[in-house]
Amino acid sequence: MDFTLSKKHEMARALFREFAEKEVKPLAQEVDETEEFPRVTVEKMAKAGFMGIPIPKEYGGQGCDILTYAICVEELSKVCGTTGVIVSAHTSLCCDPILTYGTEEQKQKYLPDLASGKKLGAFGLTEPGAGTDAQGQQTKAVLDGDEWVLNGSKIFITNGKEADVYVIFAITGMVEKRGKLSKEISAFIVEKGTPGFTFGTKEKKMGIRGSSTYELIFTDCRIPKANMLGQQGKGFGIAMHTLDGGRIGIAAQALGIGEGALERTIDYVKERKQFGRAIGAFQNTQFQLADMATKAQAAQYMVYKAACTKDQYTVDHKTSYNVEAAMAKLYAAEMAMEVTTKAVQLHGGYGYTREYDVERMMRDAKITEIYEGTSEVQRMVISAALLK
Amino acid sequence: MKIVVCIKQVPDTKGGVKFNPDGTLDRAAMMTIMNPDDKAGLEAALRLKDQYGAEVTVITMGLPKAEDVLREAMAMGADKGILVTDRVLGGADTWATSQTLAGAIRNLEYDLIITGRQAIDGDTAQVGPQISEHLDIPVISYAQKIEIDGDSVVVERQYDDRYHVLKAKMPCLVTALAELNEPRYMTPGGIFDACNAEIIVWGRDKLVDVEDSNLGLKGSPTQIAKASDKVKKGAGEKVTLDPTESVDYIIGKLKEKHVI
Repeated sequence: MDFTLSKKHEMARALFREFAEKEVKPLAQEVDETEEFPRVTVEKMAKAGFMGIPIPKEYGGQGCDILTYAICVEELSKVCGTTGVIVSAHTSLCCDPILTYGTEEQKQKYLPDLASGKKLGAFGLTEPGAGTDAQGQQTKAVLDGDEWVLNGSKIFITNGKEADVYVIFAITGMVEKRGKLSKEISAFIVEKGTPGFTFGTKEKKMGIRGSSTYELIFTDCRIPKANMLGQQGKGFGIAMHTLDGGRIGIAAQALGIGEGALERTIDYVKERKQFGRAIGAFQNTQFQLADMATKAQAAQYMVYKAACTKDQYTVDHKTSYNVEAAMAKLYAAEMAMEVTTKAVQLHGGYGYTREYDVERMMRDAKITEIYEGTSEVQRMVISAALLK
Repeated sequence: MKIVVCIKQVPDTKGGVKFNPDGTLDRAAMMTIMNPDDKAGLEAALRLKDQYGAEVTVITMGLPKAEDVLREAMAMGADKGILVTDRVLGGADTWATSQTLAGAIRNLEYDLIITGRQAIDGDTAQVGPQISEHLDIPVISYAQKIEIDGDSVVVERQYDDRYHVLKAKMPCLVTALAELNEPRYMTPGGIFDACNAEIIVWGRDKLVDVEDSNLGLKGSPTQIAKASDKVKKGAGEKVTLDPTESVDYIIGKLKEKHVI
């Protein structure tokens, strides 16, 4: 077992870190304050190839692996959680299902623009009555000639108004399972600008405030029959499998937020003096830092393990990574919340002000325990595997 | 078009400079970067490649670990990387370095050679022009803009308060300023390709038309007696005076120091 990163992954980390420090960090506070989507940063990331890291070159991507993508989200999130989730939602929740379940025509049509960052991707599963209970969907798709007609709405959609291509889930009928009628869910690719596809309210959030989180509304929205993603009725499985991968991205985001808060805190405790000494000289500070660093390190191993397991799946299409992804997200998200909370505490009153990054990081950390499956859902996934 | 870009791995001075007890740079203890002027030269070459189509070869002389800087250049878009490394080349000053690089470049076809103006560890600005002398081709130094016009290169050469526009037939050597452009980032896919690519490694035996007496420490007329970090300036003297008194005070001080 070798815990060292390969040269190419180390080089990639150096690239992501340099980009994050130069291009992302200077804007992080402003993005949070103004709640404006960092379009210019996304354009720069597109130019640098960050929007298609694990997508094969034949579809215009970088041809790298999930580990590289996770390191990218980690490094971006160290300085800005908003920027981290933009890349994560785009890559894991839109590019990945099209790559995994799309027909060759769909892949050729959508992936090159998505992987080059010319277009941005999003994913719409959640509805007002369907959060953790994804089966509670109401959005319907009815076949009318050569078109599917979508009606319904999706909420809390990351990259909501900024995206160009959306993977959307809708009920396409009812099927009988074990004597009970249940909803048949299918996945679709919907393009921005399709008549009948509009945006509702923008969410005002606690954290990741620059991320564009919107309601999507479908009113007699007609999309070509060819835009069904995967087979009819396989939508629920596609959604769950996509979220398994997405959790690695969010785990990487949580990891980065926690590591970023730790880095800021280490710098701060060396400078801040109380009772004639730097507060880093007090044993309480030292022990807190030791705990924070240990948990961040543990989270990093779990995130990288999950990423490498998904890489193995890419090769053999057999290896299961859902438990690794759930564990990584559960642990990294709870680490991020704990580490950022301790970071604010060690910063004292200053940490509670918006002058200091750790205040934003603590707010950003919270969502990682909630979206793409709450920590409770991760525990369900993990325990289900233990008890099967 | 074929472009050769000479690059150098230099210590990253951002983290401070570290010295060995004998006064030489402790390179092993310092992080390394691609020399900024060289990186701008590489970016200029890659832009010419984007615009006109070109094969860009990067070349460096150094220790085996200098292949890292070649891989970085390839991850940015360079097509080939050549590492010139040999024990007999160690300790080279600008003369021996330029002899070595010229000897290596004689193996290559080229229309344009781009070097950085100077390296941040030596600051001599001599190697580029010397290579052009050894290869007997024209040199345009201090380029702030590079364009191609048919079989010629058109360069804006920077001065303090103006610039000259010079046109030279290729093959030609141009030395680039860091201000020339904003170098692109490596791409993740470029990194993967660069790490899988083969670096061409040349030793002394591959150098063409170079005498042993012009190589390495023995071939270096310059010997470094001592190197030191910059001495920090003192806090200076602060005085609070009204404007008239200030003028007299400053004039007095300048006279005292024999400045005026």
